[in-house]
This record gives sequence, structure tokens and C-alpha cells, in this order.
Amino acid sequence: MENIRVLVAKPGLDGHDRGAKIIARSFRDAGFEVIYTGLRQTPEEIVEAALQEDANVVALSLLSGAHNTLFPKIVKMLHAAGMTDVLIIGGGVIPEEDIPGLKAAGVAAIFTPGTPTAEPIAFIKEFFADK
Amino acid sequence: MELVEKLLAGERLALSRAITIVENERAEAEHIMQAIYPHCGRAIVIGITGSPGAGKSTLVDKIAFEYRKQGKTIGIIAVDPTSPFTGGAILGDRLRMSSLSTDKAVFIRSMGTRGSLGGVSIKTADAIKLMDAFGKDVIIVETVGVGQSETEIMKHADVTAVVCVPGMGDDIQAIKAGIMEIADILVVNKADRDGVDKLMRELQMLVELNHSLGGRIIPICKTIATTDAGIAEFNQMVDDFFAESQQNGELALRRSRRRRQELIERIRDHAAKRVQAIIATAVLADTVKALEAGTRDIYSVQQEIEQRLFK
Repeated sequence: MENIRVLVAKPGLDGHDRGAKIIARSFRDAGFEVIYTGLRQTPEEIVEAALQEDANVVALSLLSGAHNTLFPKIVKMLHAAGMTDVLIIGGGVIPEEDIPGLKAAGVAAIFTPGTPTAEPIAFIKEFFADK
Repeated sequence: MELVEKLLAGERLALSRAITIVENERAEAEHIMQAIYPHCGRAIVIGITGSPGAGKSTLVDKIAFEYRKQGKTIGIIAVDPTSPFTGGAILGDRLRMSSLSTDKAVFIRSMGTRGSLGGVSIKTADAIKLMDAFGKDVIIVETVGVGQSETEIMKHADVTAVVCVPGMGDDIQAIKAGIMEIADILVVNKADRDGVDKLMRELQMLVELNHSLGGRIIPICKTIATTDAGIAEFNQMVDDFFAESQQNGELALRRSRRRRQELIERIRDHAAKRVQAIIATAVLADTVKALEAGTRDIYSVQQEIEQRLFK
């Protein structure tokens, strides 16, 4: 069986990684290999890490409000780096009205506060079920 | 093969994908490894091992950064444990390697230990070769924290450094028998902490004893990875050891021993998988059930299965 490799990254300037750590731990328990990159990552750092680690999933956690800038930027850079098949998901304090725009920009799903950890896990598993 | 050409041409995504293929034991892995094999053998492989929390990742970050000042290109393989229950893992070494995070001449790959069939060391060996063929000058392998498997690293590295930290107390006793024996260089990290003098005394005693029994004098390097203290000295020790072992034939000896060892491991790994497959076959279902229920003994079942395996 092939392990699903998930890069959990926190772009931008907020210093709150409790959510990211909880999701990382839940992903681990779901059998994923989680590459945890820590706080305050630039898009360049995240894309580099995804490329070197050959991540299947890039899970972005962001609470600062900069998602409309950073998420699409990361998607574009990942694609430019040749990682067109990577699943990109996001989580954090993200207003409902921003979600359609982010999805249009290439973020496959957005998970907002209060989402049970089982949801993104099921989403990822389903995405890779036929691969 | 297109992927191999791209890898040899220095395309980083190709290297990344190749490691994935090998790690997942996909069918094309063997072809890739065969194709890149002639391009291997140029890199220095440094193994870094030690107990959890000894500061291995931070040390690796600084060692690599120091080598970068000399213009050397770096590959890093950081191994973290896989959960035996879920198969999941948190690969967190990269977190401590932030000074390298956008340097395109540095390639960091995190690996989980995954299955238990000895696969980890084979896969690490293959990842080393891929990075070597890619053209990395220095490849640093960071092992998982403490455990018997730590001695595995010496099978893959040209130079092995064992990282110790002050304040481990009686733990020093435990490592004397195992990993202390594989050290080409001893590192005392977090050398600004209490107990560093005591640790240095203990290690010096060990080194002297080793020397009096006919071994070489193992250098001890004091480092404080967080402030860069001792890092340049460490790299010098590595380079010295490498040059020395190149001259006196030790390097060639280690590398030839490594090839033989790896062959055995590969065959053992394949054999183990075959055993598992055989045990899972329908013909043996009743036998295995009887064994599991405790109505048949392990030894006669073993004989029965081995007859199938080696016939």
C-alpha cells in the first residue's frame, strides 16, 4: 500500500499552530505520513517543501486573514513547479463568502473552525481511493 | 527512461518522484535504480544518529549550511518513526532545518520507517543513491532517535557521527555497548548545558579505552547547534576522516562491505514478503488457523512452510 503524504503548512504571519498540530496528529492517526513544516512559512518555502517531499496533499492552515492572497499564490506556484496533481486543501478562520473564490483558484476544499477532523480525512481518502 | 534522464539532468521534481517510486516499491523502482547505479559513488555520506531530542535535526541544518558556504550541494534524508498501529507518521525534522528551506542546492527528504521487514534501511540506501546520482556532493542521513536500529546507519554512511547530550546520566551506560561502537566522530551537542564536563570525561575515557584496545582515536566535537558553535570544527573532522579513510583503504572496505550487506538485506526482504504471501494462501489456511488456536506447535508448522518455501 502506498502512504498518502500530507504536507501541513502554516503560511503567513499568525503564530497559532494548535489547529495545525491537532490536524497533523489526526492525519497521522488516519495513517497518513505528515510532513510538518511549522509556523510562518513563505509560499516559496511551502512549495519547496512540497516538491522535495513529493507531497500528495498540501494542507494549509491560516488564521491571519491573508488566505485570499496566499492560498491562490501557493496553488499557482505549486503548478508552476510541476506539481499539478497535488491536492490542495485549506483550513482556518475563513469567511463563507471567500470559499467559492478560493475553490475557483484551485483549493479543493476549505474546512472552517468546528469541522470534525474526520471530515478532511474522509475527503483526502476519497480523493485517493481510486488512485 | 524519461524520469531517470530528468533526474540525471538535475531536475528536482524527478528526484523527488524517483524517491517516491522507490519508497512505495512500485514496479519501475528496480529499473530506475539499475539505470542510476553507474552514477553513484561520488558523494560523501554522513550518518547522524543519537537519542531523541539530542538536537540531530538542528545539527544537520547547521552542518549543511556550513557546507553550503564551500559551495557544496547537499542532500538530506531525515527519518522519523512510523506508527506500528496506523502506518501514519509525523515527519517533523524539516521543521528544524529552516535555514535551508529555500536554497535550491539543498534537497531535504523526510522518510517514515514504514513497515518492519527491514525495508527502511533498503529504502534509505536507495534514496541515498538517487541523491548521489543526482549529483549531491554531501548526503546527510539523520536517523530516528534511540533504539537498536540506530546501528543500521553505519551500513550506509561513509562517516558516522553519534550525537550525545549532557544530562543523560545512566543512559550513557546503555549506549556504550551499541551505538558508541559505530561512532567515527562523537558529538557533544548542547555543550552549554550542565553536565557537559562529566559527559566529556566519560566519553574521553571511552575513547582512550577504545584506543588502548587497538582502535583509532575517535575525535570528540563539542557543539551548540543553536549558536553554530563547533559546527565548522565538526565539518573539518568529517572531511579529515573521509580523506583519511580514502587513503588507508577504509572507505573502499566499508563500501564493498555495504554492497554485500545490502544484497543480503534485499534478498531477505523479498523472502520475508514471500513468506507472508505463502502464509496467506488458502492451502495453508487450516494449518495457520490451528497454529493461531494453539492446537499445533510453531515448529512443525515452520517445517511445513519451509518445505514449500525452499522446495
